[in-house]
Amino acid sequence: MPHTEEDVKAMLERIGVATIDDLYCDVPQEVIYKEEYDIPSAMSEIELRRHFAELGNKNKPLTIFAGGGAYDHYSPSVIAHLLSRSEFYTAYTPYQPEISQGTLQYIFEYQSMISELTGMEATNASMYDGATAAAEVMFMMVASAKKKNCVLVSSTISERVLNVVKTYAKFHGVVVKEVPEKDGVTDLEALAKMLEEGDVAGVIVPTPNKYGIVEDFTNLADTIHSAKGYLAIYADPSSLAVLRTPAEWGADVACGDGQTLGMPLAFGGPYLGFISCSKGMLRKMPGRIVGATKDADGKRAYVLTLQAREQHIRREKATSNICSNQSLMALYATIYLSLLGKEGLKEVNVLACDGAHYLFNKLIASGKFTPAFDKPFLKEFVVKTDLDMEKVNAKLLENGIMGGLCLGNGMVEFAVTEKRTKEEIDTLVNLMLEA
Amino acid sequence: MKTYDKIIFELSRPGRKGYALPADKFDTDGLSAIPADLMRKEAPELPEVSELEVVRHYTNLSSKNFGVDTGFYPLGSCTMKYNPKINEEVAALPQFNNLHPLQNADTAQGALELYWNLQRMLSNIAGLAEFTLNPYAGAHGELTGLMVMRQYHMSRGDNKRTKVIVPNSAHGTNPASAMVAGLEVVEVKSKPNGSIDVEDLKPLLDDTVAGIMMTNPNTLGMFETEILEIAKLVHEAGGLLYYDGANLNPLLGKVRPGDMGFDIMHINLHKTFSTPHGGGGPGSGPVGVAAHLVEFLPNPHVKKTEDGKFYVDFGKDSLGSVSTFFGNFGVMMKAYAYILTLGKENIRNVGPLATLNANYIKESLKDDYLLPIEGVCKHEFVFDGLKDKSTGVTTLNVAKRLLDYGFHAPTIYFPLLFHESMMIEPTETESKETLDDFIEVMHKVAKEARETPEEVINAPLTTIVRKLDETTAAKNPILDYRALKEAAK
Amino acid sequence: MSKILENLRYSDSHEWVKLEGDIATVGITDYAQHALGSIVYVDMPEVGDEVSQGEDFGAVESVKAASDLISPVSGEVVEINEALEDEPELVNQDAFENWIMKVKISDPAEVESLLDAAAYAKVCEE
Repeated sequence: MPHTEEDVKAMLERIGVATIDDLYCDVPQEVIYKEEYDIPSAMSEIELRRHFAELGNKNKPLTIFAGGGAYDHYSPSVIAHLLSRSEFYTAYTPYQPEISQGTLQYIFEYQSMISELTGMEATNASMYDGATAAAEVMFMMVASAKKKNCVLVSSTISERVLNVVKTYAKFHGVVVKEVPEKDGVTDLEALAKMLEEGDVAGVIVPTPNKYGIVEDFTNLADTIHSAKGYLAIYADPSSLAVLRTPAEWGADVACGDGQTLGMPLAFGGPYLGFISCSKGMLRKMPGRIVGATKDADGKRAYVLTLQAREQHIRREKATSNICSNQSLMALYATIYLSLLGKEGLKEVNVLACDGAHYLFNKLIASGKFTPAFDKPFLKEFVVKTDLDMEKVNAKLLENGIMGGLCLGNGMVEFAVTEKRTKEEIDTLVNLMLEA
Repeated sequence: MKTYDKIIFELSRPGRKGYALPADKFDTDGLSAIPADLMRKEAPELPEVSELEVVRHYTNLSSKNFGVDTGFYPLGSCTMKYNPKINEEVAALPQFNNLHPLQNADTAQGALELYWNLQRMLSNIAGLAEFTLNPYAGAHGELTGLMVMRQYHMSRGDNKRTKVIVPNSAHGTNPASAMVAGLEVVEVKSKPNGSIDVEDLKPLLDDTVAGIMMTNPNTLGMFETEILEIAKLVHEAGGLLYYDGANLNPLLGKVRPGDMGFDIMHINLHKTFSTPHGGGGPGSGPVGVAAHLVEFLPNPHVKKTEDGKFYVDFGKDSLGSVSTFFGNFGVMMKAYAYILTLGKENIRNVGPLATLNANYIKESLKDDYLLPIEGVCKHEFVFDGLKDKSTGVTTLNVAKRLLDYGFHAPTIYFPLLFHESMMIEPTETESKETLDDFIEVMHKVAKEARETPEEVINAPLTTIVRKLDETTAAKNPILDYRALKEAAK
Repeated sequence: MSKILENLRYSDSHEWVKLEGDIATVGITDYAQHALGSIVYVDMPEVGDEVSQGEDFGAVESVKAASDLISPVSGEVVEINEALEDEPELVNQDAFENWIMKVKISDPAEVESLLDAAAYAKVCEE
């Protein structure tokens, strides 16, 4: 706050009041807070750095072998460097396109790249995270289906995502029914029966699912479309470099979390939600959307478009209430995908997949673990064991390793990314067997 | 100097690499274990570029942008204050940045302590009992807060309360959030000075009303002087008061929303607490509540045991979840650093100096611009366009002309109460010199509007692109590179 | 001054109706298209949909605004103006020529209850 005493004096004079307190003359005296705030005394940068160092020392970053919705993928050094350009991060929403072409163009590039990964025709400028994106997709399907109010969600979707979807549904008044699982994947027969009961606006299914399994959705789109419903696929965008895309499955809309595009784990956020859809659902898609156009001199330019869907115009008739999204994280994803590109993203998946299968094979070979499911997986998988996993994980923690997630019933879930080396995996297995 | 005009895909050449990954030392071929019909047929058309090309491309793109670090950004209702760089530094510390949200709490005590401290400090600043840090943005906070409101009534078996009262001056996210939360919006009228018309409010308050959603100061920057009366009326009718924290800045250090009778509020960390706007996020929208509502806060929550250990809690009476994990933790770290930098001494000055700056500009420009509401404002105020509209120059024209002079335009055409609204919020981090520069330019534009209106009407004249065709963009949307190539044919 | 045709009926939400037998042709008025600006999209119902007087049957969007379309009559939609799918700006060119939907009405009395040209002109003046 740069004000000098002189500044304040001159300004008060111009305004015509004696003190700054006079500017609050219209505030009832009884609500003016006269006590001291219960926050520490002002810290200088030196003290602040010390404080954060102290707090930081109470944390222990680990070698990570778990996923569950957040994955330890490689973050290229260039990205943090470019994101620290103040013209990007101190800018506001690009409502004045003439001076925001930087933001608008990177969002356009982001939209293009996510559309390439999902195969769909349109992608928006980002959502908060995968879970809230899925909830908004539920609303999209209900809004598009007119008079149908039920959405089926596979119980093989991450529990955390399902909780958010159910919370949104509860308050908005949508009926959510869970499709049961069979052998670790969505029970498609049960799903078909549930569709026959009618009133289903759409279905949300995941791949890879919460067990890391790559699901087979053969005929699913046709089944759902015959029942006049929509198909939404919740997908890991990084995996779409190699896995069959939502578009190839015949989906109408795709969503998921972009954290796997090299974003730091950061104790839970900021991450990145995405939504891609077919042209037919475009006007029900929430969030900002950037379009390409020309200016008065014929130059190529970018602008926020289809704003008539949004809250600042439609208010309570908007498709959603979203205003700020995760724009800078969309820039993160764009730079990541530019650096890695077509070949690099595939390589990330190959490395992660090979590492995961290497670990899987070692665990099975040890005789102490058996496969939980007989289904294909990419970088995350579930095994069963009689070992006391709490004890095992505590030992791993002492050695700076985050072990697999305990799912109950002796099931443990491991995830391996391109950052895990053969040595790290060998150490993990040895420590677990010794415990 | 030529303006950079490439799109990343145009720099792509097959075989170019911008990365280096470790060699694959595993003897397994994992992908072969996945059936072929579960794999994609063709590779995605992502660009293949070198690292240098990526750096140049995005560096050049950034030069086409205007940020707070570039110049004055008087966007009303956005609180574009300076983003301190020390905040960026601490938020990137690897001891925090590399933590997995599900890792054992024993190995994340520092992060949990920070989180818990922030919950507590915001509670003290807001005058409320407890905060959730889960919501990712202001609108998300509004939604969460309204969910708390509904959960409260539902838990008492009171299912009749399906309406929420919203002033007609409210920001668009308010009624939109109400709609998403399953509430019906009932509008209450504003008096000519933008304040809620209490006489219009009284007949609206019955047992079908869940509460009122408002902000103070209101969207015109005027303090709602009858707030205690409004709080009394709403509470008597069995409703709750929700505070839209977008306008918290002038109250920071001076008034606490909880003390005014608000039961629920959200805060925009990316407004009031200096975290960067990022071109549209990530933000953070923590929600605070009064004591009788704490049990309904979303999961997960962070608590502290008696012997000082921090743990993650999942309350059984919670409304549910609105986030996958803890929320935008990286953003919270910056807000936390900001509060510690201000300290109890300086937080007292935020509101008053923001208010001083706004009133200074208002008094200096009301000769040329139409001030619809007399009287002291708080952190922002509204002009209803130029005083002299005889030459046909609109608020839009003025806004675009400001771009030519190197200023970001204020918020235009909001609030909807006036036809030519121009909402100006300088924030407390701007010096008198900057304000004087802005005042001078605004006078200059007003003079141009009188003497050479074509210059203003045709503005912007000097920006890198001008007068974008938004109509065709909406009619025939081109939303990605494939469509752009198609259209060029 | 916006154009108002004498022989039509109007709603106070700026839709017009032309009744021929039991088929009502519905569109928006010149006043409405002018207020919206360049129209970029018309969200129309589907043939076979039921509409009710006073309820939404679609929307009209411009770049900076959107307006719900309120049906002035009740009945079944028998035809929609498909030309508006590719050229929504036709409504700006001539709001009376370029209708939006045709409805087989269920209650002729509803049309009688709508405003006549003079009454609608008064609505526009306010």
